Order: sequence, then C-alpha cells, then structure tokens
Amino acid sequence: MRIRRVLLLLLFYNTTFAGALDYQLTPIKVSDDIYMFKGLKQDFTPSNGGNIVNTGFIVTSQGVVVIDTGPSYLYGKQMRAAIGKVTDKPIIKVLITHHHPDHFLGSQAFSDVPIYALSSTIKAIEMEIASLLTNMYRLAGEWMRGTEETPELFQALNLSEEKLGNHQLQYLSVSGHTNSDLMVYVKEQKVLFSGDVVFYNRALTTPHALPTEWLATLDMIQAMDVDFIVPGHGDISKREVAVIQTADYLNWLEHIISNAVRDGLDMNEALNIQIPERFHGLAVLNAEFSRSVSHLYPAYEEIFFK
Amino acid sequence: MHEQILNKEPVVFDDRINIQVPDFAEDPMNVPVSVEINGINDIAEIRVFADLNPIQKILVFKPLHIKPYIAFRFKVEQATPVRAAVKTNDGSWYVGGRWLEAAGGGCTAPGTGTLIPDWQDKLLNVTSRVKMNDAYIGRLRFKIKHPMDTGLADGIPEFYIKKYALLDESKREIAIVETFQPVSEDPVFSFDIYDAKTSSIELIGMDNNGNKLEALIRQ
Ligand SMILES: [Zn+2]
Repeated sequence: MRIRRVLLLLLFYNTTFAGALDYQLTPIKVSDDIYMFKGLKQDFTPSNGGNIVNTGFIVTSQGVVVIDTGPSYLYGKQMRAAIGKVTDKPIIKVLITHHHPDHFLGSQAFSDVPIYALSSTIKAIEMEIASLLTNMYRLAGEWMRGTEETPELFQALNLSEEKLGNHQLQYLSVSGHTNSDLMVYVKEQKVLFSGDVVFYNRALTTPHALPTEWLATLDMIQAMDVDFIVPGHGDISKREVAVIQTADYLNWLEHIISNAVRDGLDMNEALNIQIPERFHGLAVLNAEFSRSVSHLYPAYEEIFFK
Repeated sequence: MHEQILNKEPVVFDDRINIQVPDFAEDPMNVPVSVEINGINDIAEIRVFADLNPIQKILVFKPLHIKPYIAFRFKVEQATPVRAAVKTNDGSWYVGGRWLEAAGGGCTAPGTGTLIPDWQDKLLNVTSRVKMNDAYIGRLRFKIKHPMDTGLADGIPEFYIKKYALLDESKREIAIVETFQPVSEDPVFSFDIYDAKTSSIELIGMDNNGNKLEALIRQ
C-alpha cells in the first residue's frame, strides 16, 4: 500500500512538473550569429504556458544581445540555458520590444544584465504590470509560478545605433502596434527583429493598436534594406510578404470596423462580419478578429459620433 | 433569480428572442449585447439581466412605437448567462438567453472617466450617429457621457443614469429605457427608429443624483 502511494506520487511528479513545464526552447539559426526561439501560433493556454511569442538573440564578439524575454520567469530561465548551449559568451544586454506581457515577463531571469526598453514602454509596464500578471497567471497557469512584478528591472534605451564587436545594430523607435514599439535591425545580415509590428501567418493582436501609425510604420519597413524579418508572432519570412500580409489584414480591419461604425452597425453585428477568404490561413483568426472589434470599435465611435 | 426579476409570472423559453453576446467578454467593462424580438406581438417591456452579476438587472426597454431592438454594452463580473425577458400586455413572459464566458472584474473596477479633469462639464452630453431612411431616422446610435459607477468599487458611490425616454418630433414618447448600474461607462445605445417616421429624436432623462439628460438628435 505504502509503496504504491510513493509510485503514484512519482508518476504525478513526472508528468505534471518535470515533464510538462518545459518550453522546449530550441534556437533556430536565422543568419550567422542570429537566432530565434519560435513560439506557437496559438492563444495563451495552460498547456503552452504562454509560449506564443518569438524571441531572439545576437551573438556579437563582445557578448550576447537578447531580444525579448518571453511570457514568464521560467521561460526566461530556460531561454538563458538554451542560449548557453549555443555560445559561452556572456549576455551583455537585453532589449524589450514593447510592453505586452509575453515579451517581457521573463526578464527576472536576466536581472544581473542591463535590460533596456523605450521610456514609454517602461511607463506602460509600470502602469499595467499588475493586471498583466494577473491575466497571465489566469491564462497560462502554473508556468507563471515565481513571475513577479519587477518594473525596476527596466532602464530607458537612449541609443539609436551602436557597434557591438563585429555587429552594427540599429534600434528603431516606432509606433502602431502600441504607442511605443522597438525594432532591432542587424545591418550586415539585413535581419529585422520587428517585435509585434509585423506578424506572419498569425492574426494580429490589437489591444493597444493605433492603425494609422501602424500602417505608416509598415510602409517604412517596406522601404528598408531588410532581407528577413523575425516577427513578434508567426513564421520568419522574407521582408516583403510578411509586411504585405500584416498591412493587408490591418487595412481590412480598419476599413471594416470604420465602415461598420459609419453605417450604424452595433458591435455584435460587426462581430458577425464575414472575414475574407484570403485571411483564412492566419492562425487564431476568429478569436483575434472578435478581440479587435472590441478594441477598435469605441475609437471609431469617437470619430463618427457628432 | 427569475422570481426576483420576473415577478413570479408564467415564463416560456422562446427562440423568437434573439439575444447576442460574444462568446467571451474580451473587455469585461464593455460587453456588447443586442436584443431583437421577431414575431412576438403586444410587447410591454424587455428586461435584460445577467444571472451571476452582483447586480443582475441591466436594463428595461419599452419599445412603444419602435422596433423591439436594442443594443448597448455592459459590465460583467464573471461568466454568466445573459438573458432577455419579454413581457407581453397579457402578462406572459418569454425568455431567451446566451452564455457569456468572462474573466471578470468589470463590476468592481471603477470607471475611468472621472479621473479626467472637467468630466463634470461633459456629464450627460450626448453624441450620436444617425442613419437616415429617406427623410426619417432609421438606425440611431448615441453615446451619453456618464461614469455609470456601480457602487461596488471601494469608496465610489453608485452614480448611474436611471431612465430616459425617446420622443419623436411631435413629442410623442416612442420608447422608454430604464438603465441600471451594470450598463457601461459612457454608454452607447442602438435603436431602430424607422417605424416612428420622425426626422428628429429628443432624449429626456435623469441619473440617480437628479442630473438631467436633455438632447435633441437630428442628422
Ligand atoms: Zn504585442
């Protein structure tokens, strides 16, 4: 009897903890010295632990630059361990692209390294971190354990360009996905870490979107000398197709919601709008569309109501 | 629950009551609901309520001379059935409902409008979007500036619009709406006015502190 109970406990331990709580982060080589960790094209769930985001790192001769830290302390720790398998160079800085929880809540694992974000991003983190954390604990469950409110970890990024060893990095302060988005451009290899300014094969998330500014930023990227984009969510892609897909969906979204408000549709009528077939391949499409209606409708009422 | 809302009168569940809410309340402070009744005559009133909200009653709508259709947004505290109950003039109740999934927190979170300076100057201001049908108003949507505080957030007393009437251009009451605390801050309402054949709408109402709502809407 006693032995059986021990066995059951062990079994429980293996499947629930040791087995399940592994993000299985495997670096994917984007170009020489440039790597990404690819998230799942899903919503936050207790089974994916919030790993729906793409993060990355650049190995310069001076040390490693990390881009975004993932959704949880555990993710940050596992990310750091996975980077250590690629290089024994120290991590010299971390860059946070914007204030959405899946991009910065792993920062605790890098608390011994300077972590930079745009100053408006830090302000937004300070204001929203409590509710973002509550929400992530609810959505991702036990994977979040140990993840705490640590807004003091972030310092303002005041550089727009720097040379780190053999790599010239450009830090682009833009807006549209939120009011403050950071993109990281690696010049020689023509790779852009776009943060959530670009999505590919995954429907956009819009809780703080500014559609007009977002479209302008996409135009700017399209004019840049970029070969490959590591988007915040979805698949790595050549620049042009990913930007076109992001802009096409965003344009459609803005158009359809603006017209719905103009024509007097109530929000539920707008939620029932048919989504064109060309977007049906985007992951999480229906859920994101209905969230976007909820995010964007009131702003258009502000515009059309006299 | 039903006894409280429906006065212990006979209840029939009915699919002529088309109530729509999203599957999930993305923003628990602003859950869109629309109610449209097709094929029930002699409607005296339509009550909208959420069984598991701390304040269940959301709104009572009397479509005197317009289509029995209303849409607006409300605050939800947790996942709950959302129901519309229709009372006909002979005293019968018909009920339709939908399940709403929610993470919650909408009712106990304070409104944000009162944090903005000068909000009082705009209190009960009305802005609108009118869709004309020839010379008459068809779909009418309007927003009323109001914090709509539930009284459930710490230290903030209840403060909400109680009631308003829609009047046509000859000052005839064409609809009456009673609103309760769960209706969203700065509420937006949608109506179909076609049947009233009017080119303007007057709004007359008041909140629980006696502040008056008065507005004239035309294209
Ligand atoms: Zn984001």
